[in-house]
Amino acid sequence: MTLSFAELKKNLKKDVTGFPAVKVAVLADSASQFITTAIKGYGIELGLNPEIYEADYNQVEQQVYDPASGLYVLQPGYVIIIQSTEHLLQNFYKQDNRAAFADEVIARVAGLYGTLSQRLKTQVIINTYIEINDQVFGSYAAKTPASFLYQLRKINLGLMDLAIQNTGLHITDLASLASVKGYENTFDTKMYINADMVFGIDFLPVIGRSIGQIIASTLGKSKKCLVLDLDNTLWGGIIGDDGMESIMIGALGMGKAFTELQRWCLELKNRGIILAVCSKNTVEIAQEPFISHPDMVLRLDDISVFVANWENKVDNIRHIQQVLNIGMDSMVFLDDNPFEREMVKTAIPELTVPSLPDDPADFMLFLRGLNLFDTASFTNDDKDRTAQYRQQAQRAALQNSFSNEADYLASLNMQSRVKSIDKFTLPRVAQLILRSNQFNLRTIRYTEADIASIAASPDYFTLTFTLEDRFGDNGLIAAIILKKADKNTLFIDTWIMSCRVLKRGVENFTLNQIVEVARANGFGKITGEYLPTAKNGIVKDHYQNLGFTQNNGIWELYTDNYTTQQTFITSK
Amino acid sequence: MDTEQILNQVNDIFKDVLENNDIILSAATTAADVEEWDSLNHIQLIVAIEKRFGIRFTTAEIYTWKNIGDMCTVIAQKLQK
Repeated sequence: MTLSFAELKKNLKKDVTGFPAVKVAVLADSASQFITTAIKGYGIELGLNPEIYEADYNQVEQQVYDPASGLYVLQPGYVIIIQSTEHLLQNFYKQDNRAAFADEVIARVAGLYGTLSQRLKTQVIINTYIEINDQVFGSYAAKTPASFLYQLRKINLGLMDLAIQNTGLHITDLASLASVKGYENTFDTKMYINADMVFGIDFLPVIGRSIGQIIASTLGKSKKCLVLDLDNTLWGGIIGDDGMESIMIGALGMGKAFTELQRWCLELKNRGIILAVCSKNTVEIAQEPFISHPDMVLRLDDISVFVANWENKVDNIRHIQQVLNIGMDSMVFLDDNPFEREMVKTAIPELTVPSLPDDPADFMLFLRGLNLFDTASFTNDDKDRTAQYRQQAQRAALQNSFSNEADYLASLNMQSRVKSIDKFTLPRVAQLILRSNQFNLRTIRYTEADIASIAASPDYFTLTFTLEDRFGDNGLIAAIILKKADKNTLFIDTWIMSCRVLKRGVENFTLNQIVEVARANGFGKITGEYLPTAKNGIVKDHYQNLGFTQNNGIWELYTDNYTTQQTFITSK
Repeated sequence: MDTEQILNQVNDIFKDVLENNDIILSAATTAADVEEWDSLNHIQLIVAIEKRFGIRFTTAEIYTWKNIGDMCTVIAQKLQK
């Protein structure tokens, strides 16, 4: 599904009205005209409108270290540094102390990143080097620090370590992307010799896609859920016809292809991707392998929502989306049947529906190639997500047994731990700020570094909330940033909440806590603002519902005459 | 494939890469005659022609062409080999 370079070029002429604008600076040590085209073309493909500043040829250092350079005029949200193995090799040959080469390159990149993040509110994307052996040492290159190969691999690992230490530094891993097709297919000798272009026409879209996906994931456009068909997708054969003993999984027939797909799904689940099943089957028959087939990798516990019936898949996928309460554009649907795929794709264009290859042997190679599940962060909370969505389904069942909402909420025994942002909660808060689209009053996307400095600043108060109940622990589900607007006023700069805990009265509890902070610190007035986006309509009347009054677009609440909101949540 | 057919195919590639369906090439056409044919697009044209005909040009060959006719002659030679 990677587009061709010609198709990317055509994208540049598309109407991008309504696409969010992103300012991107491209700094490269080789000729970058085509790279820029690829990044812009893929950005548009992913629903973004990249405004690109392209630095002059091989001016990386000059641009970064000169505070008056064009880079700083643009104030880009993303700085992309593209470095070529060919230039690295030439620099390596000029170096006397070969064994120190990698350390020097890493120090140089750390210096570039440090300066950029100091002078700009920006995220930096840099590539790993495509790995080649210059064959000066032959195979012995893998056995000596004096070789280019050794130093290059050390640099690549060093770049990854640097990115681990700096949340604003991202890696477009050209090394692994190039290994899919091989160096000879990423590099065009004539383009290099004549134009100093180091990436061939067919590899440029791969780079553009990788960078586009990184940018999209830092903007919260990432996939959260994988919906799976069963027959001939998760196992070989038709369970309703063949019976459980005859489905291909494990050692039977081409079962290996399906086993490997299941293992991959399980890894995704453990990383925080929600798994759901959508199958045309009788539910008891469809669930049987998950319960008792010895070779199944996925078990019922791994599936958050299991839908098997004879209704059409469009309705079933809509049902799954409603239960999970996530956007269709964050869902992926895997089905071997082109007819079903087409029907679903036509009815729900926002859904990602990969055209699975006919031969199951090709599944994994194909799916890995798509890189569907890019993410800008990973926290411990992610691992527990499936359990949380399953608990959600249990709560829904309980709710049906109560005639009124208050009785239901009271029966949940909800407890919340309230504290300000600290180093333990910081990564999760950063993720919530990045990913929350619906319950998000102003949708200001702070980076982890921004939030750390806000938490340390005397001009702000911060609050975080966990929520647990009789069914389980939802982890950290809401965060508040309060800014001292003046001596008497606290402005609610950020109010975000995970949609997992909608309709539980968390808003009331949260407001009580905000008022407590205000009173304890001598503030008489609390103000808030709703900035509409395409996705946050559910909080349109948020402040009105909580008793704020509007004054010139700003919602106000006075702590003097505030009556504590009813809540069924107690502080832990 | 005769020279006429080669020229037609090259013409199609030019239309496609340069995104202009009005381009009509002849043996005498040079870069100066086609507005979109700049040095950047030239690289893309070469790659597209190599792919279409399944051939590889050498850097030296690319430097010797004065017009489309020269290019087609080299393509014809390579196809005969």
